[in-house]
Amino acid sequence: MNDATPFALMTNGAALPWGDVPEWPVGEFLRATGAELDRGGRLSSLFGVPEGDALRLVAVVAFDAWNTLAVGRSEPFRGSYPALAATHAEAHLFEREVWEQHGVDPRGHPWLKPVRKDHGAGPAVGDFFRVDGREVHEVAVGPVHAGIIEPGHFRFQCAGEEVMHLEIALGYQHRGIEEAMVGGPHRATFHQMETVAGDTTIGHATAYASALEALSGTEAPLRTQWLRSIALELERLANHTGDLGALAGDVAFLPTASACGKIRGDFLNLTAVICGNRFGRGVAHPGGCALDVGTERAGRLLAGLDAALAEVERAAAWLWDSASARARFERTGHLHAKQAAEIGVVGPAARACGLVRDVRFDHPAGWYRIAQVPVSVWPDGDVFARARVRWLEIQRSGEFLREQLGAAPEGEMRVALPASAPDSLAVAMVEGWRGEVCHVALTDGGGRLRRYKITDPSFHNWTGLALALRGQAISDFPLCNKSFNLSYCGFDL
Amino acid sequence: MNPALEFVVRLVVWLLLAPLLPGIINRVKAWVAGRRGPPVLQLYYDLARLWRKGVVVSTLASPGFIAGPAVAWVAILGAALLLPLGPLGASPSFRGDVILLVYLLALARFCTAWAAMETGSAFEGMGAAREVSYAVLAEAAIITAVLTLSLQSGSVSLCAMLAPAAGPGAALLAVGLFTVLLAENCRVPFDDPNTHLELTMIHEVMVLDHSGPPLAAVLHGAAMKLLLFSVLLVQAVLPVGKLPAPAAAGVLAAGVLAVGVAIGLVESLLARYAFRRVPLLLTTGFLLCVFALLISWDGGGA
Repeated sequence: MNDATPFALMTNGAALPWGDVPEWPVGEFLRATGAELDRGGRLSSLFGVPEGDALRLVAVVAFDAWNTLAVGRSEPFRGSYPALAATHAEAHLFEREVWEQHGVDPRGHPWLKPVRKDHGAGPAVGDFFRVDGREVHEVAVGPVHAGIIEPGHFRFQCAGEEVMHLEIALGYQHRGIEEAMVGGPHRATFHQMETVAGDTTIGHATAYASALEALSGTEAPLRTQWLRSIALELERLANHTGDLGALAGDVAFLPTASACGKIRGDFLNLTAVICGNRFGRGVAHPGGCALDVGTERAGRLLAGLDAALAEVERAAAWLWDSASARARFERTGHLHAKQAAEIGVVGPAARACGLVRDVRFDHPAGWYRIAQVPVSVWPDGDVFARARVRWLEIQRSGEFLREQLGAAPEGEMRVALPASAPDSLAVAMVEGWRGEVCHVALTDGGGRLRRYKITDPSFHNWTGLALALRGQAISDFPLCNKSFNLSYCGFDL
Repeated sequence: MNPALEFVVRLVVWLLLAPLLPGIINRVKAWVAGRRGPPVLQLYYDLARLWRKGVVVSTLASPGFIAGPAVAWVAILGAALLLPLGPLGASPSFRGDVILLVYLLALARFCTAWAAMETGSAFEGMGAAREVSYAVLAEAAIITAVLTLSLQSGSVSLCAMLAPAAGPGAALLAVGLFTVLLAENCRVPFDDPNTHLELTMIHEVMVLDHSGPPLAAVLHGAAMKLLLFSVLLVQAVLPVGKLPAPAAAGVLAAGVLAVGVAIGLVESLLARYAFRRVPLLLTTGFLLCVFALLISWDGGGA
């Protein structure tokens, strides 16, 4: 990476003074952002910061290969700006979000419509892309689904069984988390962060904790960072195992489906050994937590881990050995690596397209600076690849835990967190089990939160699901959907 | 026995025993998966519950929405009564009854699809389209199987056709008919009776909007159809008609149980096929029946 970048450079889990972030008039800023993306950057976040009755745009660009984040901002402006999405598809959902939140109009945006808000009748009632033709029919699924899942609306344009286009309308779970952060952190903030997406409790809480620690210029004690990584990998194990089972269930392959449902529970119970909660509540408190895992509990964790890993290995072997299940996974829901890169897909979905993207490897923070996990990649981009990447990650997270459970650093679990620095910007990214969880925190003159931007991996990846469905049979949608397994509430915030 | 009494007994046997078979299949699946599973009599409880419930009818639907399941249920029951039970024979037995049986099954399918279309839902239209496209291949296989049996016995009456065993092509016919049984009764690998995902369903999606007694008729009809195909399969392969009555009853029951266990094992160990591969599998079933036909043709010549 050459030094000619006009953006301010920083690392994951660091803060810098708001004044040090370079600014341009908005048109120039977006051109500069586009240039950064062209140089190999990836748009991790793009959001608005209100400045009086005007607005600034802030972009966080991740240079994965150089382990660096680049931050830039625009001068305050009103009205409209030339859309970045016209040239860089990665920005399309971000610009729709900015339009929805702040009312500034991205000129030339190819598909400007709300991201989460509805007009009183629900996100499913709105304009959808339509395909015309005698054989074309429209299928609307949701927001109420047959299974016990979150609400979301899917609109398919089909020719017979073939899907020509899928449009996804979310927002039913919009709770106003970002708005609630302003002026914070409040007493409820930590608990709200744990429930941004309930299945990524540790991922989001860890990102929040490191953002606050960066703002206050401290670092959590090493032993706490170690504990967070243990909990994060357990969360990954539980969810990936559940996903393998759910994928098997969707193709009616019962052996793996039945076993994985149980083993997922075993991993969740291991998380409960750490903190008394199966989803890891309370583990990643800013500044550290009162919880500790002593030798005795580490031993229990190791024993439970060995048993569960042996079981999941057996259950996965049934799946890989079943020709009928593999035939269903292969060449289903194919996402091209080029498309995935263009729309900025992250996490296992990106790695299943052969893209090497893993925050633990690219932007290591916390304990991952000390202990590494290899990046699991599979080249094909289909359901099989996404299942396979999950299986690889199960094995590697298992190895990581086996090694690290016996390698706890000595020391405190907790430090007092000083007040946050005023007028500072902090970026914290965590590789949650779904992919990159990105939190950007900005403080005001008094050190309170002025703007807090959360980007769940689902925000990047829903578009990937829509693209993977093109040309597929509509009957394969549930399988493709499960292979991405994205969060509704993490998107809706 | 008084023919009228015998007819009533037969009717009661079909009506009462049919819901047992899905319970047995679920038991087998639960056993393979190491679960406790639902009670064997679960379908009876479900039917009783549905019977007591009210019916929700779309304002768009014509009376066909209710008539469809009713006619389909009667058609399946009629088809079941045409099927001989070992040496007992069938109560209405006549020349060409096998053709009526095939048409009654087709009528049941038509009525289910009709009721599905009544709702005007995109899902149900999709399900109806799938059901009838795959039926084209399944019916071809059934007709070929019937032809085989007819050629062997030189008769077009079910009693005469099913009395002897299927002869040299029995194994082929058994596999062919078992494939058709799985497809016609929406079992894995063609359909997934357990799924809640509307987009992947074939048969289930057609009855999504039915409730109360009409849904009970649909579920009971499906159970009878499953039993009908199992009985047909067992009798086509084993010479049940030539055994003395008690032995025949035992063999028939054991055969149907074996079919149920086989379905349970298939569902436990096999993933569902992609839709695009379903025609291939059905064609294989059809070809197996064709080979059985060719073999019996040759055997008939010799």
